Amino acid sequence: MIDNNLTRVLVRDKKFLSIYVTAGYPKLNDTAHIVKQLASKQVDFIELGMPFSDPMADGPVIQETSSVAINNGMTLSLYFEQVEEIRSKSSIPLVFMGYYNQIICYGIEKFYQKCEECGIDGLIIPDLPMTEYENEHQILQEKYNLSMTFLITPQTSNERLQKIDKLTTGFIYVVSSNSITGSTKNSSNQTIDYLKRIGQTVTKSQKIVGFGIHDHETFSNALAHNDGAIIGSAFLKSLNSDNLETDINNFINSLKQTS
Amino acid sequence: MNNITIQNLYKDGYYGQFGGAYIPELLHSNIEELKQNYLDIIDSDEFQKEFKSLLKDYVGRPTPLYFAKRLSQQYNTNIFLKREDLNHTGAHKINNTIGQILVAKHLGKSRIIAETGAGQHGVATATVCALMNLECIIYMGEIDIARQAPNVAKMKMLGATVVPATSGSKTLKDATNEAIRDWINHPENTYYIIGSVVGPDPYPDMVARFQSIISIEMESQLLEKTNRNYPDHIIACVGGGSNAAGAFYQFIGNEKVTLHVAEASGKGIESGETAATGAIGTLGVIHGSRTLLMQDENGQIIEPYSISAGLDYPGIGPLHAELICSKRATLHSISDDEALISALNITKKEGIIPALESSHALAVLNKTTFSPSENVVINLSGRGDKDMATYLNQFNLI
Repeated sequence: MIDNNLTRVLVRDKKFLSIYVTAGYPKLNDTAHIVKQLASKQVDFIELGMPFSDPMADGPVIQETSSVAINNGMTLSLYFEQVEEIRSKSSIPLVFMGYYNQIICYGIEKFYQKCEECGIDGLIIPDLPMTEYENEHQILQEKYNLSMTFLITPQTSNERLQKIDKLTTGFIYVVSSNSITGSTKNSSNQTIDYLKRIGQTVTKSQKIVGFGIHDHETFSNALAHNDGAIIGSAFLKSLNSDNLETDINNFINSLKQTS
Repeated sequence: MNNITIQNLYKDGYYGQFGGAYIPELLHSNIEELKQNYLDIIDSDEFQKEFKSLLKDYVGRPTPLYFAKRLSQQYNTNIFLKREDLNHTGAHKINNTIGQILVAKHLGKSRIIAETGAGQHGVATATVCALMNLECIIYMGEIDIARQAPNVAKMKMLGATVVPATSGSKTLKDATNEAIRDWINHPENTYYIIGSVVGPDPYPDMVARFQSIISIEMESQLLEKTNRNYPDHIIACVGGGSNAAGAFYQFIGNEKVTLHVAEASGKGIESGETAATGAIGTLGVIHGSRTLLMQDENGQIIEPYSISAGLDYPGIGPLHAELICSKRATLHSISDDEALISALNITKKEGIIPALESSHALAVLNKTTFSPSENVVINLSGRGDKDMATYLNQFNLI
């Protein structure tokens, strides 16, 4: 049974707020500071993005912040050092978000082992196929006490939803509309139908909605139909002054209050 | 003779350990729809009739298999050129876009997207979209748009919208990322025409099937000219590898045929400015496929370089990764200079100005000795019109 900071938070009876942070952005060593500040603002868990040169499931904002971080010198080894630094001060759940190529390059088992050692709790690997997960990764993630998150979209069939619900050991990442991260589409009847369908089919896992959440209204809508929300692009865009602390406080406050 | 085929090699979406579909859930339904339907569509009488008719009357197939007499004398062997450069739009690329646009029509899609590097695949896609009256959006790196102005003009004249990819290195790799994002955002009405034997399963297999016409024609043409339906050697250039996949297709199971892969080493394999994925690539995942790719020690994909825009891709089709790793194919790394020398040589000897990509295949003649009795087929994948600016510059013709 997987038991880590993430699973312990996810059993709480509440609506969750998660923030996506690109590791190594805006400056190489800002990561721990940003995460600490978010933790102090009652963010429930962090998706900590490992920058990749070709992030095909992400939009322009995350691609741009990833490029900046890579140019800053961000590497997977540094990522693990930054996770250790965060872990030395905080027990906020940390979810690795990154692409499969870097894991293959690092070595698959070595990667999972290192994740556990440093204090990663969960994983999102958007381009890891489900069958490969079942054949090779599931057993290793269990061995190293890591929770797996899968994405679902309006196109995901009920049969596949049930399978994903069964395989999930973290939470289910609900893609709010068929759009890459950073897009802003309004909810429609179709979206409501989709959320209803998920509600009926997904019985075990917590459903955290992401993609397109950028202000108080979209945040409230997301929470009305799901167990929580993840915000990435809008948060990264808000880091635009010299004072990260102020940017972060302003952003989180704007989500929680009507402007 | 050819009872082993490429289909023995391709199992459950993989060629050996290479291939598969490493895609986010956001693309799952699109890929699954294609995977469930493409073979039935391609095998249907209706499709075959339309495909063959268009290849014949619109593309201009079969393309000749030309015995290059003076080149043969020069290298003291028997050299045949498969003249894909004579296809409509100037290269083999249109074999694939004709096939895929028909698949898109059968799937009921109304909007076509594609990526392009030098613009050849973009032009071939815009051409078939005009033919079929379908909306066409081409993603092209901002830098490539600037350096391939004639092809951009052609695409626009054909009615396509050319969208600059401004992320990353602003070249083919980034245009591909943008096309994938577009597809994610338009899962219902859009079809993505990938230009090579790359990307997630089933694209490599589907594109190879559409390009297989090259080797299917070769068989009967060789029988007529040499009394044998296979050659001793086939040479083709590989970026992603679609023309090579088509030229090898019928002969992969025939051990009597040596397959030669010519990839672009740019300024040299060790120079840091290269596209020699087969030589220096390592296992990874790029654009949805597990294959060899050029990456740094942190798993970041390296921007490739070659004088030939059609060969500077940081990955290689999974079929070719398997052919190279299993030693079924012989790998040659051809530099910019070697390709240029061969381009000039064939122009003077045969009166054929080749594409820079195809010149890499021609350069293998200087790397390997063939015997006087052997038959060597070189796949002349494209014509040199698009490369005239480079040739003018390099050969001081102004």
